[in-house]
Amino acid sequence: MASVLRRSQTVLNSLCRRQFSASPDGNLTTHAGKSMNLYSAINQALHIALETDPRAYVFGEDVGFGGVFRCTTGLADRYGKDRVFNTPLCEQGIVGFGIGLAAMGNRAIAEIQFADYIYPAFDQIVNEAAKFRYRSGNQFNCGGLTIRAPYGAVGHGGHYHSQSPEAFFCHVPGIKVVIPRSPYQAKGLLLSCIRDENPVVFFEPKWLYRLAVEEVPEDDFMLPLSQADVIREGSDITLVGWGAQLSVMEQACIDAEKEGISCELIDLRTLLPWDKETVEASVRKTGRLLISHEAPVTGGFGAEISASIVERCFLRQGEQNINVLHVVRPFSSLHNPIHILLLCLCID
Amino acid sequence: MIRFARSSSRNLFHRVLNRKFQYCSDSSMAVQCGRRRKDQSSGFFWPTCRFESTEAARHVDQLYLHNHDDQELDFPGGSVPFTKEMRFMSESTEKRVPCYRVLHENGDAITPPNFNQLTKDVAIKMYKDMITLQIMDNIFYEAQRQGRISFYLTSSGEEAIAIASAAALLPDDVVLAQYREPGVLLWRGFTLQEFANQLFGNKGDYGKGRQMPIHYGSNHHNYFTISSPLGTQLPQAVGIAYSLKMDKKEACVVAYFGDGTTSEGDFHAALNFAAVLRAPVIFICRNNGWAISTSIEEQFRSDGVVVKGQGYGIRSIRIDGNDTLAVYSAVRKARSMAIRENMPVLIEALTYRVGHHSTSDDSSKYRTTDEIQYWKMERNPMDRFAKWISNNGWFSQEDELNHKTTVKRQLLEAIQNAEKTEKPPLSELFNDVYDNLPKNLQEQEEVLRQTRKRYPQDYPSDVPL
Repeated sequence: MASVLRRSQTVLNSLCRRQFSASPDGNLTTHAGKSMNLYSAINQALHIALETDPRAYVFGEDVGFGGVFRCTTGLADRYGKDRVFNTPLCEQGIVGFGIGLAAMGNRAIAEIQFADYIYPAFDQIVNEAAKFRYRSGNQFNCGGLTIRAPYGAVGHGGHYHSQSPEAFFCHVPGIKVVIPRSPYQAKGLLLSCIRDENPVVFFEPKWLYRLAVEEVPEDDFMLPLSQADVIREGSDITLVGWGAQLSVMEQACIDAEKEGISCELIDLRTLLPWDKETVEASVRKTGRLLISHEAPVTGGFGAEISASIVERCFLRQGEQNINVLHVVRPFSSLHNPIHILLLCLCID
Repeated sequence: MIRFARSSSRNLFHRVLNRKFQYCSDSSMAVQCGRRRKDQSSGFFWPTCRFESTEAARHVDQLYLHNHDDQELDFPGGSVPFTKEMRFMSESTEKRVPCYRVLHENGDAITPPNFNQLTKDVAIKMYKDMITLQIMDNIFYEAQRQGRISFYLTSSGEEAIAIASAAALLPDDVVLAQYREPGVLLWRGFTLQEFANQLFGNKGDYGKGRQMPIHYGSNHHNYFTISSPLGTQLPQAVGIAYSLKMDKKEACVVAYFGDGTTSEGDFHAALNFAAVLRAPVIFICRNNGWAISTSIEEQFRSDGVVVKGQGYGIRSIRIDGNDTLAVYSAVRKARSMAIRENMPVLIEALTYRVGHHSTSDDSSKYRTTDEIQYWKMERNPMDRFAKWISNNGWFSQEDELNHKTTVKRQLLEAIQNAEKTEKPPLSELFNDVYDNLPKNLQEQEEVLRQTRKRYPQDYPSDVPL
């Protein structure tokens, strides 16, 4: 799988001809660290998590040898096969096992090889992990559970290696849903998720595993959850997105600027519970909102943002000037060029 | 009548063994088999002999004893001998896996007890707790019928499994129950008041009134809170057991479930994970014949549940779940193996759900009263244990009467207290979803409070603000 993806990245590179860093100015962000790609940043976060907490465990399909995306490289050698290990190929087993491990006060870091295969674990996530604390009256909790899963389109993955299933999980009180946009963000957010006292589903943009490169501090740092990041300030329109889609939106902002449109770009980072205040403040300023995600429009998380912001910024003010647009990216392997069309749509 | 009832109930399990033939449409197989007779009570045809192919290929060891050649296939997981004969492994063993028991129906020990003899004190506590459980069931069931609680579910007929298995464990052993094992909590000291508080969902309920009745849970008693979905506790049990192993604790996990749950994916996930990760967990299946209205014949085609263990590489035993001493000794042994050898164990306890599935069920719609009566009268786990205890001279009828009177009084008091205790406040609707209340839930709570102010008449009067 990894080799196939490498090929796809070449394709994407040739299409896009640019570095994907999702940084405010389109250049590599400087965080005074080592230049690294997204999977290496994830790997570093996992090293730190295991190093700093003897009760941390990493497990899932093929994680023992480093994982199909190499995110768990070197962990088993360093921390032992009792703490970093392969599991049988069974997603409901992985998450159920992780809940039990977390319920004993451990940091259970479970990997689901692709977000497309997370559905067998849906019951364990929705009915168990999310309700574990609530149903027991806080006698028990599985807050130490973090479920990592690569998500999103890579250009050739078809239906089963490209899905963005975040909206399913954003409907579930009791879990958090976090999606990073870049290596720096991935490391800081993942460490926060692992150490958060609630179960978290952490979707990693696999398109950017090798493609996105930026300076990442080598030390142990965390980025706040449920706090959106304004990565580009502007005055004419607010763009909201998360994960890999921000790369597309960033390019749209740059192109729009050439036409005299000033865009404010917000990375939601945590989708559940999400930071309404930051988006609301921006939309109050710009008066326009564009939400873009890879997942299908109908019932997508964009609808939640759109409904909330319409209610907060427009209905309550008695204003009629609503201007909200949803844009999605499809995941058919045949339709990769549509990514480019979507850039145009964003600019329109 | 009794004879008929006996044969009917026997068929409950015998039919599982022979069920595969009921649907047999392969004429050649039928010819091979030759003799068939009609089972009067079930109305199904089933043969009295086995297929030739099954006869020949019954045991793997026998099957490959003489027919393999000198060469072996070097394969991951160990080398595999070659054979020149094409034979399929049988779908079943010739005889059903036998059921371990210690006590005869008359209360005599048939098997010389090969475990540390129960002390008098423990045996008496076991019996007293079984009586308590029975009275709890009677009174709470009635309370539901009177509309005082919304739902209830009894352990009738399965008292021995919960109490005897709990007695065989130590307090550090972690329990993940399904929902028909309140006896384990009772054994561990959960009080009648605590049971009542949960059923009434009052402020004293550790679950803060959030779940339906019978979803008990107690951190203090190492008993994880019950959740309704079937089987979800099983892979979790493996994770907990793995943690115990890593912490080098002298303890194991015990996970309970029913025959119906063995069809859930989580059951298979859990057994496989437990075996592969060598987790000290005891899986106790209460095979009580029925999953609501689904009989075991409609649930699986195998010889019950015990045979599934070997498929996953798990040591397994079938026991008489209505024999208190058999349950006790098997669980003790399983516990010792699980902890010493870091391995899972599967126990299939054959029993019978004498009551309805729950207060929402009427089991007379799908099973005969004769079958229920047989299990209730002739295979009653409490009667059998009572005889043994009485034969030992440990518990008189007077002791029993006194205990019953005390428990009834305590239960009625507990119910009255539980009814009087106020409900958890409105804020508990939102607390504990996360460790801290996030902004979106704060917002929702505020909306709810404002709505209540506008429509006070629609707000339940017994829920404090």
